[in-house]
Amino acid sequence: MVALSDYLILGAILFCLSIAGIFLNRKNIIVLLMSLELLLLSANMNFIAFSHFLGDITGQIFVFFILTVAAAEAAIGLAILVVLFRNKRTINVEQIDTMRG
Amino acid sequence: MVEKIYLAIPLLPLFGAIAAGLFGRYIGRSGAHWITILSVLGSFVLSTIVIKHIIFDHASVYNEAIYIWMISDGIRFEIGFLIDELTALMIGIVTFVSLMVHIYTIGYMRDDPGYQRFFSYIALFTFSMLMLVMSNNFLQLFFGWEAVGLASYLLIGFWHQRETAILANLKAFLINRVGDFGFLLGIAVIFAYANSLDYAEVFAKAENLSLQTINIFAGSEWNVITMICILLFIGAMGKSAQFPLHVWLPDSMEGPTPISALIHAATMVTAGIFMVARMSPLYELSETALNFILMIGSITALFMGLLGLIQYDIKRVVAYSTLSQLGYMTVALGASAYGAAIFHLMTHAFFKALLFLAAGSVIIAMHHEQDMRKMGGLKKYMPITHWTSLIGCLALIGFPLFSGFFSKDSIIGAVQYSDLSAANTAYMALLAGVFVTALYSFRMYFMVFHTRDRMDEHTREYLTETSWVVTMPLVLLAIPSIFSGFIFEPIVFGEFFSRSIHVADSHNVLNELGSTFEGIQGFVMHAFSGPVTYLAFAGVGVAYWIYVIKPQFAVDMQHRFNLIYKFMDNKYYIDHLYINVFSVAGRAIGKVLWKLGDNVVIDGFIVNGSARAMGWLSNVLRHLQTGYLYHYAFAMIAGMIALISMFVIAVNI
Repeated sequence: MVALSDYLILGAILFCLSIAGIFLNRKNIIVLLMSLELLLLSANMNFIAFSHFLGDITGQIFVFFILTVAAAEAAIGLAILVVLFRNKRTINVEQIDTMRG
Repeated sequence: MVEKIYLAIPLLPLFGAIAAGLFGRYIGRSGAHWITILSVLGSFVLSTIVIKHIIFDHASVYNEAIYIWMISDGIRFEIGFLIDELTALMIGIVTFVSLMVHIYTIGYMRDDPGYQRFFSYIALFTFSMLMLVMSNNFLQLFFGWEAVGLASYLLIGFWHQRETAILANLKAFLINRVGDFGFLLGIAVIFAYANSLDYAEVFAKAENLSLQTINIFAGSEWNVITMICILLFIGAMGKSAQFPLHVWLPDSMEGPTPISALIHAATMVTAGIFMVARMSPLYELSETALNFILMIGSITALFMGLLGLIQYDIKRVVAYSTLSQLGYMTVALGASAYGAAIFHLMTHAFFKALLFLAAGSVIIAMHHEQDMRKMGGLKKYMPITHWTSLIGCLALIGFPLFSGFFSKDSIIGAVQYSDLSAANTAYMALLAGVFVTALYSFRMYFMVFHTRDRMDEHTREYLTETSWVVTMPLVLLAIPSIFSGFIFEPIVFGEFFSRSIHVADSHNVLNELGSTFEGIQGFVMHAFSGPVTYLAFAGVGVAYWIYVIKPQFAVDMQHRFNLIYKFMDNKYYIDHLYINVFSVAGRAIGKVLWKLGDNVVIDGFIVNGSARAMGWLSNVLRHLQTGYLYHYAFAMIAGMIALISMFVIAVNI
């Protein structure tokens, strides 16, 4: 029998992976977007785990919403990425620092 | 009904001033003088009605608020009129002299481009003075006080292209500011301790105020009433040109002559005398203040008269004589002889206006030459001016039966009876002043109208009597200069001012003087038993001897006593004191405050300093903005972790 804590540990591992992906990635914005998706999925994992163990369906419904939002966000993010590439001719994170003070 | 009359008296000249001032271009020159003269004539006629009503019919005193400006914390700020004998007399004098000056101005300013402006200003001056004397509260008094200051500023600097005129009006304004500062402080003390601005309410509390003390510096307790009186009198010293704030008055001669007459006779300088008389219930409670007034008055009466002896500008001689006569009035106030002071104010208004307008007439005839050394022998060219000037001079020196005789003798007599500690000195100063007055008046008279002609040929050819608009006011003023003295008994000794002026029993010198009074004849006879009249005669005789018989004598004396002459020619170096000590010190303080206080502390440290500190801080902080997305995200996560852990820790505790 898989316990709740196992699911939560899985969620935490996924979360840490995605955070590390965001911070350690210095090359590619697409990796950044992927890490973001993974971040949301780790949250979803927790939702489902709790929903299952507490016998409450709400958490699973929530996951559907989050997935929808994540899909929309990914679409917008990629669109922005395309525009960014057109303007800057690069998707290298190191070179995108227009906001530097 | 009476309220409407009272309201119309000051408002008519204001209307004239506005009409001539703002619409002068449309109504033209004659329109301007007609409208202002008619409006002042209107208020003069109404004033005579008021005089009849109050003085002859003994109507009850009018003391009402016309308009309430605001009520704040139970204190009323209002415009109101207090009409009693004192006010009635004052408005009569002011409107009469002002009317004469208005008529005279037609002749004097005939060719001036600023004709309408001048009429507007003198009507405004009249309005201000009327507001001042009719006031029943300190707020309106202060309004009138400042308004006459403004009008005098505008008029002294009327010929604003002349640098000397601009300096003179600036000086008048600044010196008056010094006085007004004291005046304002006095009103503030009244306001703080009596909690009211209304005369009647303040006077009712005066007794109570005299029991309180005010702590100015640590360890120096002042009686509140003494404090109030001295502060108010500092205001009067500015307006009435008392030593040491007198310096503006001789310089005010830079203005056109009609305005000199108006300032010196009816408006402005009489304001201070009037104010002290009006505040008699306060002054009677403070002997310190009365002694102070006596001292200041006697210094002014004697030493300013002496300066008149060495002036060659005809107007300046008259100006110093005004200073000296104001000193007499001030001494009378200090001796509690308020009735005598106001009476001298009245007679002086007539003969001083007369002397000024006569001097102006001479100046017109001499083509704006004011130096007496270039005149002489004008008697045969200008008979009317000559005779009226002679009347003015005789009235000024107190020649028996002329108006000045009664007023001046009653002042000197009153001071003699005064028990105040400064009274003896004041008496001696006044006696010496009588001689000096006679000397400088007749020095001027002889130098201008007698002795040989000293003007150049060109001037002599055109030398004639001036036109009727100039001589008519002279004649009209000469009449009261002779005869107004005869009404002195009720004003000075009688119960005339019993409703306006309060005199403490212990100070009632006029009553003592009045108890020896046995009719006008007796008064005149009595004068011959004292030194006063002889001193005046001696002054005239000496003047005749020095300036007619032996003109060389004056020159010799001037050389022999060159040091004294220089001292007097520089007006006792008071101007030097102000310019080289006070204003230099003021400028030095100002410079320190400017360089150190403003440039370094305020601009450098507070304003620019805070801006520079902000610039430095942002310069440091901007390096936090790397522009890398993952740095921002990291900060976000770090912050979130910090918040959540704080939350968790807080819950666990």
